[in-house]
Amino acid sequence: MTMETLLDIQNLHVWYRVYGGYLKVLNGVNFTVNKGERVGLVGEAGCGKTTTMKTVLRVLPYQVSKIAQGQIMFKGRDILQMNGKALQNVRSKGIAMIFQDPSSALNPVFTVGEQLRDVIRYSLDSQTSRREREQTIERVAMQALKEVSMPDQARIMETYPIQLSGGMRQRVCISMAITMGRELVIADEPGTSLDVTIQDQILRLLHDLVKKHNTSIILITHSLGVAREMTDRIYVMYAGTMVETAQTSELFANPLHPYALGLLASVPKLTGGGIAMGIPGHLPDYLNPPQGCRFSPRCPRAMPICDSSPPPFFDMGNEHKVACYLFQGGRT
Amino acid sequence: MNDIVQIENLKKYFAVGKNSEGPIFLRAVDGVSLNIQEGETFGVVGESGSGKSTIAYTIMGMYKPTSGKMLFKGQNIAMDVSKRPQHLKKELQIVFQDPGSSLNPKMTVRQLLKLPMRLHHLVPPDEIEEKIVQLLEKVELPPNYMYKSTPSIGGGEKQMVAIARALAAGPSFMVLDEPTSALDVSVQAKIINKLLELQQELGLTYLFITHDLSLMRNMASRVAIMYLGRICELATAKEFFEEPLHPYTRMLLSSIPTVSAEEDLMKPKKVVSTGEIPSPVNIPPGCSFHLRCPERNSQCQKDDPGMVEVKPGHWVRCHQFSAQPSTGEQPIPLANIS
Amino acid sequence: MTTSSHETQSSRPQSQYQKLSAKVILAENVHKYWYKFSRNRLSVIGLVVVTVVVLAALFAPWVAPYPQHASTYVDFKNANLPPSFRFLMGTDIFGRDIFSRIIFALRGALKMAILVLAISVPIGVLLGLIAGYYKNTWIDVLIMRITDVFLAIPPLILALAIASVLKPNLTNSMLAVTIMWWPWYTRLVFGMASSYRNENFVIAAELTGASKGHILFREILPNCLSPVFTKMALDVGWVILIGASLSFVGLGEQAPTPALGQMVSDAARYMPDFWWYTVFPAMAIVVVILGFNLLGDGIRDMLEQGV
Repeated sequence: MTMETLLDIQNLHVWYRVYGGYLKVLNGVNFTVNKGERVGLVGEAGCGKTTTMKTVLRVLPYQVSKIAQGQIMFKGRDILQMNGKALQNVRSKGIAMIFQDPSSALNPVFTVGEQLRDVIRYSLDSQTSRREREQTIERVAMQALKEVSMPDQARIMETYPIQLSGGMRQRVCISMAITMGRELVIADEPGTSLDVTIQDQILRLLHDLVKKHNTSIILITHSLGVAREMTDRIYVMYAGTMVETAQTSELFANPLHPYALGLLASVPKLTGGGIAMGIPGHLPDYLNPPQGCRFSPRCPRAMPICDSSPPPFFDMGNEHKVACYLFQGGRT
Repeated sequence: MNDIVQIENLKKYFAVGKNSEGPIFLRAVDGVSLNIQEGETFGVVGESGSGKSTIAYTIMGMYKPTSGKMLFKGQNIAMDVSKRPQHLKKELQIVFQDPGSSLNPKMTVRQLLKLPMRLHHLVPPDEIEEKIVQLLEKVELPPNYMYKSTPSIGGGEKQMVAIARALAAGPSFMVLDEPTSALDVSVQAKIINKLLELQQELGLTYLFITHDLSLMRNMASRVAIMYLGRICELATAKEFFEEPLHPYTRMLLSSIPTVSAEEDLMKPKKVVSTGEIPSPVNIPPGCSFHLRCPERNSQCQKDDPGMVEVKPGHWVRCHQFSAQPSTGEQPIPLANIS
Repeated sequence: MTTSSHETQSSRPQSQYQKLSAKVILAENVHKYWYKFSRNRLSVIGLVVVTVVVLAALFAPWVAPYPQHASTYVDFKNANLPPSFRFLMGTDIFGRDIFSRIIFALRGALKMAILVLAISVPIGVLLGLIAGYYKNTWIDVLIMRITDVFLAIPPLILALAIASVLKPNLTNSMLAVTIMWWPWYTRLVFGMASSYRNENFVIAAELTGASKGHILFREILPNCLSPVFTKMALDVGWVILIGASLSFVGLGEQAPTPALGQMVSDAARYMPDFWWYTVFPAMAIVVVILGFNLLGDGIRDMLEQGV
């Protein structure tokens, strides 16, 4: 099944400068998204998921971050080499991001309408007359709000974010992200700060919209359950590297990497039976990370080779890849 | 089995303003009755605005109840903490959701753990240091953590310090208010297992609050689900998850994301949730859930159903299970439900 | 390691190791603070300036080339000399070395600043703590409305009024400045204390039965101190300025003891011929205040929470 590759992150290394040296957060991230695909990025706090996405959009904090190595190919062009207009193009028409906390993603002193119209305005090509442009903007804005099932769109346009509930704010953020036919949407833990029933609504909404517009979506989450229900393909991330990737159903049926196994075991199950003991140890110190596999200090099946160098992806067939020396040589 | 905590018809209203008809109240807890048995883990589940945290805080004494009875080991605790006798203050302890704000960032771990010990004169001063080391060992933290101040340690470890602090006073009852909601899954597993271990070892009773139903399944012996200040359903964990009766329970259970096929089978049929969660200032008349309930009928808008014991130990607040027809008669009064 | 008496408890031999850990952690913290402070070059300049000024003021009798010129002294032979190697900043109409007088004037200014802050800061912080803790009760209202009254009066006018009612001397002008300095700290701490009061860690302490004193001074106060320290560093500059303003109009330190503002005002009529008489004291005021401001910025950066 040939799919057109939309986003291809190759061997990305990102460092942060701090007191004492550099935090080598991302250590060779490889990540692809195809057109129309829903890709999940699962990992715990501090593993580098948000850093990766911020690098894609080039919104890392300027003074303290450093992209040491790597390329991010978006539709064949390297985002990291882009400047000025080209980068602006990518940000306004190509990729959009939905942030985790809708309350801080929306500017509290502007109405929803003003913010929505701004987003649309910057992604329009220079239109003919000013009046036509304003009319287009208005039309697109109302349409966007309707698509996210917001009742009474005209009134919502005039409200301030603080007057809306958490779920409605998240819908506004989603509407800002999917307008103007963008090709890729990055959703950073949507619904995490919301109640379970509202989160369910938001995720289903996202699912429907993505299908309707044939948008690709990167869904970042720390919840394996959400990833399982909402994605076609999953990447599992640990300490700045992708440790395993597979089709979603394949990953849950046949998890291979010890970290993925540990994670799955730690998730409380609705069937009861207790929870596993968790994964011993803690995240590596990014100032002085291990030379080899970053998970090996905590890995119950670590071998001497694991400390030599970071393991590459070993192909297990069927798009299932594991970065673990236990599976060296492909299909076991 | 004794009841360590007995609550009857507890109400906690907050005055949030006035309108033309008088003061407006936020009815956080609106008539809750429950008993907690010694040594069990009693779980309370609910979304925001349900009142689950308010109940916990009222038990602890952070709020004075608006009305209702509250007993701890037979003693009346329906009052603010400043009015409670000193010996009760060490018996009830709480672990908050966010370890960052529940531990003073300017204090070292040593000072944090020393405070309860000093206040309750539990340990002679020259043995305090040893006791602190023992406590840290109990929560699997190295002794040199004593001199660290909390901003320099990770979230999971901070929560362990919070647990150690709660244990330092030698309590018999602990309120755990979403203790792992802010933590990663692997860290959560470690803490939950440690809490269960400590419960066995020290004979503690837990009031465990969370919105994560899968977690509740593995923690609680009995579960109550709350909506807008009232309990909707109360049952043993097994019955609650295997035979949920209240429509809200089924809605919640069907919305949670699960990681395996077996769990998918366990979930009730998908109940699509619609609409927003109303605010506890504006509680709808009749049954508070009727606006979102897919199974509502005309009675639900008018009368609030009472708690009915459908099966022994399994209580539901829903007109579908009320034993009598809708004539406005009194529902079966709440009997001793322990 | 020294051997202690034989203990079966595992914790005793560990206490040496733990004391060492405490020292290590302290050293780490000092390093971190210096790193944060020194990021901004200007803060370091401020620190240098302040250190020089403080040392000069402390050791004035030894640092000043002509310490005797700072009191009654006349030498009309050497009056009104321009700056030279002998008199670095020239001499005034009485023949006194301006450089030495400036050093002694700085000494007086710093003494005033330290005393004013030493009295007004504790009072202000204490009142702010109490008002913040008892927010929305009569205690809060009482304290904060009194504070508001003091804040409503322009500081210089109040200081002038007080200093002119009483005898004009250094003590009375210090008193005047102190009286209207504490409200700023009360307001600063009130905001912080009232928000910390509802933090979970304060509630946790209350639930365990901690006394009000413990809560105010061991739980809330340590969290309020960073902005207080920053403000104190900046305030030294302000107090010096207000002190100079007071002495400019003749209140404060009386002749022959030198005071910066008084030196500037005496010299005004001799401009522009004997320019050194005004310019150097004025520059001294600017440099000192600037130094303390830069230092204050650096302290704020140093104490700021966050990565």
